[in-house]
Amino acid sequence: MPARLPRLHPLLLPLLLSLPLAGCGMVTLAPSGDIAARQGDLIIVSTVLMLLIVVPVMVLTGWFAWHFRASNQKANHDPDWHHSTALELVIWSAPLLIVIMLGAVTWISTHTLDPFRKLDRIAEGRPVPEGVRPLKVQVVALDWKWLFIYPDYGIASVNEMAAPVDVPIEFQITSSTVMNSFFVPALAGQIYAMPAMETRLHAVINKAGDFEGFSANYSGAGFSHMRFNFKGMDGEGFDRWVAQVRESNTELGRGEYLQLENPSAREPVRHYGKTMAGLYDAVLNLCVEPTKMCQRDMAAIDARGGLGLANVYNVTRLRHDADRSHSLTPATSDYVAALCSVPSDVTASPVDPAFYGSRRLAP
Amino acid sequence: MTIAAEPHSAPAQLHDSVFLGRLSLEAIPYHEPILLLTFAVAGLLGLSLLVWITRARAWGWLWRDWFCTIDHKKIGVMYMVLGFVMLLRGFADAIMMRAQQAMAFGDANGYLPPHHYDQIFTAHGVIMIFFVAMPFVTGLMNYIVPLQIGARDVAFPFLNNFSFWMTTVGAVLVMLSLFIGEFATTGWLAYPPLSGAAYSPGVGVDYYIWALQIAGVGTLLSGVNLLVTIIKMRAPGMGLMQMPIFTWTSLCTNVLIVAAFPVLTAVLVLLALDRTVGTNFFTNDFGGNPMMYVNLIWIWGHPEVYILILPLFGVFSEVVSTFSGKRLFGYASMVYATIVITILSYLVWLHHFFTMGSGASVNSFFGITTMIISIPTGAKIFNWLFTMYRGRIRFEVPMLWTMGFMFTFVIGGMTGVLLAVPPADFVLHNSLFLIAHFHNVIIGGVVFGVFAGVSYWFPKVFGYKLDVFWGRVSFWCWQIGFLLAFMPLYILGLMGVTRRVSHFEDTSLQPWFIVAAFGAVLIGCGIVAMLVQFRVSYVRRESLRDHSGDPWNGRTLEWATSSPPPDYNFAFTPRVHDVDAWWDMKRGGYQRPTTGFLAIHMPKNTSAGIILAAISGVMGFALIWHIWWAAGAAFAALIGTAIVHTFNLDRDYHVPVETVTAVEDLRSRQLAEAGA
Repeated sequence: MPARLPRLHPLLLPLLLSLPLAGCGMVTLAPSGDIAARQGDLIIVSTVLMLLIVVPVMVLTGWFAWHFRASNQKANHDPDWHHSTALELVIWSAPLLIVIMLGAVTWISTHTLDPFRKLDRIAEGRPVPEGVRPLKVQVVALDWKWLFIYPDYGIASVNEMAAPVDVPIEFQITSSTVMNSFFVPALAGQIYAMPAMETRLHAVINKAGDFEGFSANYSGAGFSHMRFNFKGMDGEGFDRWVAQVRESNTELGRGEYLQLENPSAREPVRHYGKTMAGLYDAVLNLCVEPTKMCQRDMAAIDARGGLGLANVYNVTRLRHDADRSHSLTPATSDYVAALCSVPSDVTASPVDPAFYGSRRLAP
Repeated sequence: MTIAAEPHSAPAQLHDSVFLGRLSLEAIPYHEPILLLTFAVAGLLGLSLLVWITRARAWGWLWRDWFCTIDHKKIGVMYMVLGFVMLLRGFADAIMMRAQQAMAFGDANGYLPPHHYDQIFTAHGVIMIFFVAMPFVTGLMNYIVPLQIGARDVAFPFLNNFSFWMTTVGAVLVMLSLFIGEFATTGWLAYPPLSGAAYSPGVGVDYYIWALQIAGVGTLLSGVNLLVTIIKMRAPGMGLMQMPIFTWTSLCTNVLIVAAFPVLTAVLVLLALDRTVGTNFFTNDFGGNPMMYVNLIWIWGHPEVYILILPLFGVFSEVVSTFSGKRLFGYASMVYATIVITILSYLVWLHHFFTMGSGASVNSFFGITTMIISIPTGAKIFNWLFTMYRGRIRFEVPMLWTMGFMFTFVIGGMTGVLLAVPPADFVLHNSLFLIAHFHNVIIGGVVFGVFAGVSYWFPKVFGYKLDVFWGRVSFWCWQIGFLLAFMPLYILGLMGVTRRVSHFEDTSLQPWFIVAAFGAVLIGCGIVAMLVQFRVSYVRRESLRDHSGDPWNGRTLEWATSSPPPDYNFAFTPRVHDVDAWWDMKRGGYQRPTTGFLAIHMPKNTSAGIILAAISGVMGFALIWHIWWAAGAAFAALIGTAIVHTFNLDRDYHVPVETVTAVEDLRSRQLAEAGA
């Protein structure tokens, strides 16, 4: 077990006894990211709090069962004893006290560890330094692989993600077809990835290394192999990784994305040196296909009362689900109903990477 | 290496025929050897059963005395039989999953392709909850509640028969999916969009929907039935606070059923509309919202957990008090704890999806309400403890299961509260830790409770006790098997391993899965031992016979009548003065009346229930396969038959005085023999 656990020493004894059983494989109790570490600590604290009542109950159960066995004629026997106000008070208030404590812990930790909340520290005793620029990563759960888009670098990768150590990461997470759950146990707890919706996750990795990431929510036939490699790297290492990705002369535009989106399993790692600006936004709004109207636009139209009969034509331009799942050819009929122009297939890399990379973390 | 694109489900048949809908020879999975073998074995067993019944000339007897019965006791027994049969199927699924997960590491792919494995874990969950746990619970309530409240039957005897057959037809549809078509590959709650027409185009989800809809009608009606029975049919003198605790927990369970099951029906109707009519309640398109489905299904799903466990809390209360030879400690607090759990169970559903992105305040609210439920539950545990305190505890088999429960359940309760802490849940959600937790409470609570109940009330139902040796063997196999099968899953969950995975890369995990598989085998031994126990007890029934009707020195009214009870339960409706009415009667020197019997008004058997349910089954099958004409015809037949049944006025009869007298005289002689 890592160095951080003994800190809680006095409370930990009962759990430590069970640890040799599991060895060091328990990533959730010995993770490498601050959020996951705090979540792991919370598991231990809650367990210890509950053991305060569970252990006495188990001991009493064993003791009463043994002592009041029928063959023990010496035991006190009182078949009509069935009420004691004092005892009832204890019975109800003991669990209540534990729940009050646990409830307080829950309220505080749920708010401080809310995945939507920006980080306030990168590790214990280390607040996020002034002027640090968080790493933005846009995650798309595809059937059955992961796409990571780095909007600041204009790059993307499949089934591999890298992040510099001790730099806050801001994830925007969505899915292309069905529900998945984005989970890197060493980094932070999971959050669902859902189509046409966005969830967020704020996390930080504190140790360099290769960690496992995967979908924790069943999503179909290829689900078991929907795994990716999460690389925690030092600043220079991360810069080298970005440079290496940028060097690959593959591009990720609408066409490539639609190709990639088709169901497949056990995909190898793939890098895209250039990525269409706004691709993630299009995925989120179910309008990567240029003939499709974006959900956002549809919602805006509907919010103003809709278009009446003209909406009927829109319908054919909106359907998303059917084409993907069947891998059928998309509907070819096209109606003139678009109220928004679709940006052309621009691939762009907007920002000078030197500005980020190893110098992301302010000195 | 890129594997060719696998579609989300079996290929959809694009062209439906008018006559057979989606049904064709393709639907029979003759290319899958495992299924073919299953089919052959099932067919052989089924055929030999049919031959055996025919040779025993038992068809008429079966039809008249069992299939058409409106006797709550026989219906209760049939529910238990259904539960045991489906337990074998559900367990077969479990052992297949354990075997696959124990071998599919690295280069080894195991013996189940994902499409098959995914059906198995879906079927396992659906079957164990809807067609094992629910029939067990309903069966116990059906048999025991009217006896405990001194009633002669339930409030709506025909409805009771109809409910049972609807549940059975649901089970039949699930079984049918093995051999015709496929079952859902979506997980037991069939979250959209995965369960939508786009991503599950096959018949699997339709089997799921219609099996649950038909069985759901049965569950809902049986809930209404028992609710009315408990409210309206208690023996004179039995106020609500004199009801036996099992009846109390049954009352609360049926309140939950009546309030929760319509939500399940509604949400499945919406999903069915999405799939067949093309609406967009839960699709990604056109403003559909899959999160709404997840909310609705858990608004049913969480109360469902308490629907299952509450009656078993009642069973444990009865067993602890009987085998401690002592009145239940804190009856009133037990009742209030049950009521509090009933109400709170509606305020916790969101804890099943903290990870769906609700805000911190919403998550904390539902986390804390979940923890609050542990207070009344904890109070119950303490009440059982202090019932044992100053008792004279006899460790008969029902008490063994109860002790097993008390040790096992607190662990499950603890891990449950742990999962209710949202940040902890972010780590443990969908992990094998979660799987271990709910098996911990469902096996340790529901299953152990059912077996405690079965061994406790078996002598009441059949007139002889169960064999003790095989009962103990079964208990220890289950108890140790459970620990071996699920403790490794807790550890795997903490190692970050999640559920529903059919193949692993990390070979270091394999030893844990092998231990778990061994545990599952041991549980299998427990099931076999129980079947052996039934057989041995039947063979040795004369030496295990109980003529007293009260083999455990019981406390509640069901022990006041003979074992098995006569059709009419009680020749005279008992009068109740205290909690533990029978204990009170025995103490007060109760003399059983031996003269002055009257004719007894009873309901008559009818075939309407099984016929209506069979037609519903045909309709469900037609809807699954899109055979629209047959679905329409079946629906018309269903309504027609129901209307015809309303004109059947030959519904009741009087048990003549002579019969009552003869039955009661026999009982007098038996009691005299037992006393001698």
